[in-house]
Amino acid sequence: MAYVAIADRPDELHHPHSFITKYVWSQDHKVIAIQYSIIAILVGLIALGLSFVMRLQLAFPDTFSFIDPSIYYQSVTMHGMIMVIYLLTALFLGGFGNYLIPLQLGARDMVFPYMNMLSVWVYLLSVIVLLASFFVPGGPTGAGWTLYPPQAILPGTPGTDWGILMMLLSLAIFIVAFTMGGLNYVTTVLQARTRGMTLMRMPLSVWGIFTATILGLLAFPALFVSAVMMSFDKLLGTSFFIPAVLSMGDVLETEGGSPVLFQHLFWFFGHPEVYIVALPAFGIVSDLLSVHARKNIFGYRMMVWAIVAIGGLSFIVWAHHMYVSGMNPYFGFFFATTTLIIAVPTAIKVYNWVLTLWKGDIHLTVPMLFAIGFIFTFINGGLTGLFLGNVVVDLPLSDTYFVVAHFHLVMGVSPVLVVCGAIYHWYPNITGRMLNDGMGKVHFWMTFIGTYCIYFPMYYLGILGLPRRYYSNGVTDFIPDSVSAVNIAITVSALIVGLAQLLFVLNLITSLRFGKKAEQNPWRATTLEWRTPEYPPGHGNWGPELPGVYRWAYDYSVPGAEKDFICQDEPPTEGQGA
Amino acid sequence: MGILKILANKPWEASGEIDNLEGGGVVEAPPARVGLWAFLAVATSLFGLFSSAYHMRADYADWQQLSVPALLWLNTAILILASVAFQWAWMASRNGRLKAVRDGLSLGGLLTLAFLILQLVAWNQMISAGFFAQSNPANAFFYLLTGLHGLHLIGGLWVWQRTTSRFWAGLDQEDAEQVGAFRLRVELCAIYWHFLLLVWLVLFGMMLST
Repeated sequence: MAYVAIADRPDELHHPHSFITKYVWSQDHKVIAIQYSIIAILVGLIALGLSFVMRLQLAFPDTFSFIDPSIYYQSVTMHGMIMVIYLLTALFLGGFGNYLIPLQLGARDMVFPYMNMLSVWVYLLSVIVLLASFFVPGGPTGAGWTLYPPQAILPGTPGTDWGILMMLLSLAIFIVAFTMGGLNYVTTVLQARTRGMTLMRMPLSVWGIFTATILGLLAFPALFVSAVMMSFDKLLGTSFFIPAVLSMGDVLETEGGSPVLFQHLFWFFGHPEVYIVALPAFGIVSDLLSVHARKNIFGYRMMVWAIVAIGGLSFIVWAHHMYVSGMNPYFGFFFATTTLIIAVPTAIKVYNWVLTLWKGDIHLTVPMLFAIGFIFTFINGGLTGLFLGNVVVDLPLSDTYFVVAHFHLVMGVSPVLVVCGAIYHWYPNITGRMLNDGMGKVHFWMTFIGTYCIYFPMYYLGILGLPRRYYSNGVTDFIPDSVSAVNIAITVSALIVGLAQLLFVLNLITSLRFGKKAEQNPWRATTLEWRTPEYPPGHGNWGPELPGVYRWAYDYSVPGAEKDFICQDEPPTEGQGA
Repeated sequence: MGILKILANKPWEASGEIDNLEGGGVVEAPPARVGLWAFLAVATSLFGLFSSAYHMRADYADWQQLSVPALLWLNTAILILASVAFQWAWMASRNGRLKAVRDGLSLGGLLTLAFLILQLVAWNQMISAGFFAQSNPANAFFYLLTGLHGLHLIGGLWVWQRTTSRFWAGLDQEDAEQVGAFRLRVELCAIYWHFLLLVWLVLFGMMLST
């Protein structure tokens, strides 16, 4: 049977012999997952630090002499780009994707382990190039994470000499790394599932990661195209995107280029990117809710369909980021419609999460707290998306803090809450030890309440009309004094939330050594990653034989069963319909 | 079993042993082939997006239609022949005619090298005629698209070189596994070359017409 051969293939497992091949040049998907995660979290902490630069400036203008407008814009840009791409995309797909896909599907490893290893090292290279741009003359680019031309490459914006080129190069390298990883994830899901693991028996985590990977494979080329064309504009003086420009008093040689063309290309990538981050979060949170509420996920089929539908629709909503670009109003009508349509499958998912909790045996463990926190935050951020999806409402709000609040809640805080919950959930599986529960609870409440204190007032600032992206608001009639008080409160909350993340990192490090030893399957979950013969899972994951799968991933609290969960590899017993 | 039928499964109703091949659509093919098709989807997306950027940019007033060097017609013919040679090698490998496989592979690779060199000559002709990348976006697209297509061919040649060296290193014809792996490599090369030929025909047609 061909599929067993592909899932198994022990001959192709390169058994590590030394420290270097075991932990550095490793082809084991679990080690690669951890490498991806560590790099992503470290670079994410840098981006967190950059957000403090912004917040300090906004709360206390004219106080910190080291924050000049260039530093501010560079922080904005690098914060956004790192968080969206180098942290969240890499962590969800490179980290969780690598860890969970083979383990949850009952495979020994990814289908192409060597390419998988290359993927993480090329990813590291892209991060190094990105961080190196802090040290080149002129510093990193300050064009905003969307890198809109013409300002991204014309003098006046910080980092137009070297910074922007380093950024484009780093993105191109990242896309190569992602493509190598992504081909692996897709092929592994298609081919290396163990016997009995049908597509509709896959845990929703894998469904989310799988669909997000397909989105990434098809959408990242758009970013690649725009990066290559912009480098041409910068290096060769072509005019793909650069119109006739009077720059610093000089008439440039370029003419006729179209900045809107860049925006179309960028957002053709940029919108699917939102779902590349969101879909794995949706999948993982479904599993967390189901395990910790001891109840099967409500509407499994509907959840799968919603993931697939959101994936498909995410390719035809991109121009809702461009209502203010001056495009044809009929376009706006079309994209507003598709944007509201994509809210339907998303709402289905939210209902199903809530209904999974309904009458569940809810255990308020740390992962569960984060999962429930996600639902609150996601609804909050998602509902304001309905406002912004409508052209007429978006036009006045587009350049205000309302948008900042919306996208941070919906695609910043929500996925990060899932990341945290997932790390608390799977840490025992990775290390064999539990994370400290008390620290975890403090971390959750500080993060959850703290982020609300950061972003909820921003809606108010946005409705007041406070423009985003401004280095300093100066003195204007329409901005009341209360704005600066709110800004100070936001900054204080942000610093507290930042501290909470340090507590989390501390917990991750100290628990490695001092954490309580975890029994196998501490959360009493049904999925295969908890069923390995060695615990934590060893090289090759499974013993001489792969597990066979007899049921779906959500047999919790089955009436008449002995325990309140039945693992996927437990064969059916008498009287329990086969 | 269609994807719709799979998605209509009710996994909570049935527990018990299921053979994925019937019940869950494990794709039964060599992973390398599935990986290649997935990569071709990515490459299609890449070239497709470049083409739509080309058409969108061509709508602006300053666009001047490209005067394509006549040499490109010859190059197109050469690339078609390369593709035919790979197809020949593939078909021969299925019948086990190893000598024909060798000839087909070598010919295909050499024709591709010739194509790449002549593409550089075409670049040179463009430059000496004064069509620089800066002069007009159509020219810039010419360099960009031909360059990107060429890079894909160079990547293909790397795999081609590994395939042929496997052959020259001596293929044990009795060893079914070795022969099977080799046949798969030839097949994947052929598919990749056909794909790049198709991409080239679309790009060339686009540059001629817009």
